Amino acid sequence: MAARGGVAVEERVGQVVLPGDVLVVPAHPDEDGERLRLGAPPAPHTRLLCGPGLRRCDAGLLVTKCGLLRHRQAAGGAYWVDSQQKRYVPIKGDHAIGIVTAKAGDVFKLDVGGSEQASLSYLAFEGATKRNRPNVQVGDLIYGQFVVANKDMEPEMVCVDSSGRSSGMGIIGQDGFLFKVSLGLIRKLLAPKSEIIQELSQLYPFEMVLGMNGRIWVKARTVQQTLIIVNILEACEYMTAEQRKQAFAKLSGN
Amino acid sequence: VAMELWGYRAMGGSCLRPFSCELGPLSRPDGSAAFLQGDTSVLAALYGPAEAKGNRELPERAALEVLLRPKTGLPGVGERSREQLLRRTCEAVVLGRLHPRCAVSVVLQVVADGGSLLSCCLNAACMGLLDAGLPLASLFCGVTCALHPDGSLILDPTTRQEQEARAVLTFAIDSAEKKVLMASTKGACSMEEMQQCIAAAQSAADTIFQFYRDSIRRRYSKS
Repeated sequence: MAARGGVAVEERVGQVVLPGDVLVVPAHPDEDGERLRLGAPPAPHTRLLCGPGLRRCDAGLLVTKCGLLRHRQAAGGAYWVDSQQKRYVPIKGDHAIGIVTAKAGDVFKLDVGGSEQASLSYLAFEGATKRNRPNVQVGDLIYGQFVVANKDMEPEMVCVDSSGRSSGMGIIGQDGFLFKVSLGLIRKLLAPKSEIIQELSQLYPFEMVLGMNGRIWVKARTVQQTLIIVNILEACEYMTAEQRKQAFAKLSGN
Repeated sequence: VAMELWGYRAMGGSCLRPFSCELGPLSRPDGSAAFLQGDTSVLAALYGPAEAKGNRELPERAALEVLLRPKTGLPGVGERSREQLLRRTCEAVVLGRLHPRCAVSVVLQVVADGGSLLSCCLNAACMGLLDAGLPLASLFCGVTCALHPDGSLILDPTTRQEQEARAVLTFAIDSAEKKVLMASTKGACSMEEMQQCIAAAQSAADTIFQFYRDSIRRRYSKS
C-alpha cells in the first residue's frame, strides 16, 4: 500500500488522510538524521509542530485521525489533521462553554462535554475576592478558558485572563439559546473572517458565544430571530458554500 | 495452489459482495456508521472517550467495551464471544493510552444477517471508530472466507454458502502491515488452506481499505 511506503507530507496537504498513513517529513539540508537522533537541539526555525491527529514515528509522522491534512508555514511549519468530531477533548488555552453541575466548596464543577467535569474556582472571576463571591447557580452557563487540560489531570477553567480581566469570559446571561454542533463547524466559525459569520451578521443584530467544545449560545432581539440563526447554523453542518449562499439569499429576501 | 492464489488476487474485490457505508447516520452518539455487505447490515454507534464508571476505569488507558445486539431477542453466549473478539481487535488499533481513565463503548446492532456477520461487524466498528475521531494506530477490516467441500474458496460468503461450507474463517486485517489481528474459525481446515485463506483475505483487504478511503473522502468533500 502506498501509505506504508510513506508519502511526502507536502503532497498530502489539503487531502484526506486516514489513520495508519505515514507522512515523510523532508529532512533539513544542514541536519542529518544522526544529529537529530543524538538529541542535538534543532535550531528554532526548523522546529516542526505536530498538531492534533498526528504523532511522530520512526519514518516521519503517523496519522491517527481521519480528516484533511492542514499546514501552516510558521516557525518551521505546523501540520495537523482537521477532522469532524462530536466529542470534545479539553485542550489548554481553549475557550469553552460549560454548564455548572455542582457547587462544591471553593470550586464549581462544569460540564464541558469532555470525559471529565472541569473545575472552576470561585476566585477565578473578575473582581472576585474571598468576601465578594460571584453569583453562580447550578445550571448556569459559563464561558471560560482552560488553564489545566491534560489527559492525566482534571481540567481546570478560569474566567479571567493573565492580567485579571474578564475579557468577555464569565457567566452567560439568563436568556438565549444553547445548542451543540460538531467541532469541525466550530473551528470553521471561529476562523478569522469566517464567511458564515460575516453572512449571518448581515441578517440581524445578535449576540453569539462560540465554545471550542461545540457549544454555541445565541441571543437575538426576538425568540423567532434567535431560532432562525440556530437553524441556519445547524444546517451549515451539511451545506456546501454554494447551498449556504442560496439559503442566505432566500432569507434576506424576506 | 499458487495459481489459485493469483486468481483471487487478480479478481480482487470482484469476489466480495457489493458493500456500502453511511457515516454518521445517528445524531446522539459521538460516532456512528452503517455498514452493508450484500444482504448483511450492521449499525455501529460509538460513545467516547467518556467518563468511566466505577470498576471499569483503568488507570493507564481507556476501557473499551463492545456490545453486540442481535437482530431479535437478547444477546446470548454467541454474541458475548463475538463481543470479546471485536473488543480485542479494537483494542489492538485504538491508542487507548491517550485517554486514560476514560471509557469507550461500541454498540453494534445487527440489522440484517445475510452471512459474514462477524466481518461486517468488524467493518462497521472500524468505520464507527473513524467517525468518532478516536486516535487509531491503523485501520482494520474484516474478511470472511468459506471453504467449500470441493476445495474452492469463497470470500464474503452468504448464509447459504456458510452452511454448505466445510469451514468458515474470519480474519481481521490491519491496514499498516496487512497483519492478522484476529482469527476466528468454524469447522476443520488444513494448515495450507488457512494460509491460502489469509492470503485471499489480505488481498481483499486492499479493496476494503480503498473503499474506506473513498467513503471518508466523500464525507470530507463537503467541507
